Amino acid sequence: MNVESADQARQDPEYRKALVELLYQLADDELCLGHRDSEWLGVAPDIEGDVAFSSIAQDEVGHAVFHLERLHELGEPDPDFLAFSRGPTERRNAVLVERPNGDWAQTILRHFLYDVFDDVRAESLLASSYRPLAQGMAKIRREEYYHLLHLKMWVIRLAQGGGEARRRLEQALAEVWPEVGGLFSWGEGEAELLRHGLIQCRSDELMHRWAERVKPIFREAELLWPGLPPQPELQGRSGEHTQDLAELIRTMSEVYSSDPAARW
Amino acid sequence: MWEMMAPVWREALQEVKDPEIPDLSIVELGMVNRVTEEAGEVQVEITPTFVGCPALDLIAGDVREKLTQVKGVSRVRVSFVMDPPWTSERITPEGREKLKNFGIAPPRSRGEDPMDFVPECPFCGAEGGEVLNLFGPTACRSIFYCRNCHQPFEGMKPI
Repeated sequence: MNVESADQARQDPEYRKALVELLYQLADDELCLGHRDSEWLGVAPDIEGDVAFSSIAQDEVGHAVFHLERLHELGEPDPDFLAFSRGPTERRNAVLVERPNGDWAQTILRHFLYDVFDDVRAESLLASSYRPLAQGMAKIRREEYYHLLHLKMWVIRLAQGGGEARRRLEQALAEVWPEVGGLFSWGEGEAELLRHGLIQCRSDELMHRWAERVKPIFREAELLWPGLPPQPELQGRSGEHTQDLAELIRTMSEVYSSDPAARW
Repeated sequence: MWEMMAPVWREALQEVKDPEIPDLSIVELGMVNRVTEEAGEVQVEITPTFVGCPALDLIAGDVREKLTQVKGVSRVRVSFVMDPPWTSERITPEGREKLKNFGIAPPRSRGEDPMDFVPECPFCGAEGGEVLNLFGPTACRSIFYCRNCHQPFEGMKPI
């Protein structure tokens, strides 16, 4: 059964609980990566890359705000509070996206792998029983299309560039792969999410769809496919995180924390 | 869509401009989804061009200000809706013309080939330019290069 509004969702506490958990995963992934993207402002290797990451950062943070607003409608605190004042254990992003950018190759590769995942996840949410979410995902996908084009172009450019570019890309692949698997988890409430029709496919199915999309691009880039990503050590979707997230939150909320009551 | 909007609302909302392109109204951009009124209370549904567009709050404030000036209006409520999603097809013919006059190429339709969306150059009208950067000064624009008049130019992304 479809749920058309936040008011309707709030009438069923179990439904609301599962939905809130899902929205935190979506918001926290986008907020972390959007913040990491913004760190390239002014220091990317070329002006085009600089402009691109500024724009992508703005999009990702905007998408995070969309999800945080949906949470607020469901009775959670206001979006600024959720973005800046929650501690690491309350966050539901995958550990992969909280990690520092690393070098350019690692930045590009992580973002590419995430963007394919993000698209596969968004596609699977188009049929979500929570219509405000499904409608938002339809809109967000139209924007993410450009991120994916850009990141795919860069992966192939680095791979085909040979020399140091290729060496660094291969190094990046070895470094990020052990944590990629954490993206696909729907968290401890997966069964509930499925039962309520909030999601339509299980995490293993999500990973397979993702792999089918990534493999052809690895072939084009002549990168060796390392096999499906392993289960990561830390479950970000359950609130397990690294010191990197604590530092990210501290940096991101520095201005907000100086005066949380200020109006901007 | 604005065709179905009562002239009184259309006229007032025509005065709400894109903060970055002062000639272009939100009506011409196709951002106004629906306007309803009941006993002096007006509800306006706006569909954002980009979800994270930082101009949205400014636009909402402007909508409230302009509509409050209409006779008989006591209260204005603005909401942002995602359904139907905004697409570049929603820009009106007048809107496309104003974009071009401002030096921003109006968006082409998104075709089969993802990279085949270079619009006509807004300065000389030539086709066959190239993509310089998928991303530009705002989320909704890309940067192109015209091979005919040898100028870089901005264009709105087809979405």
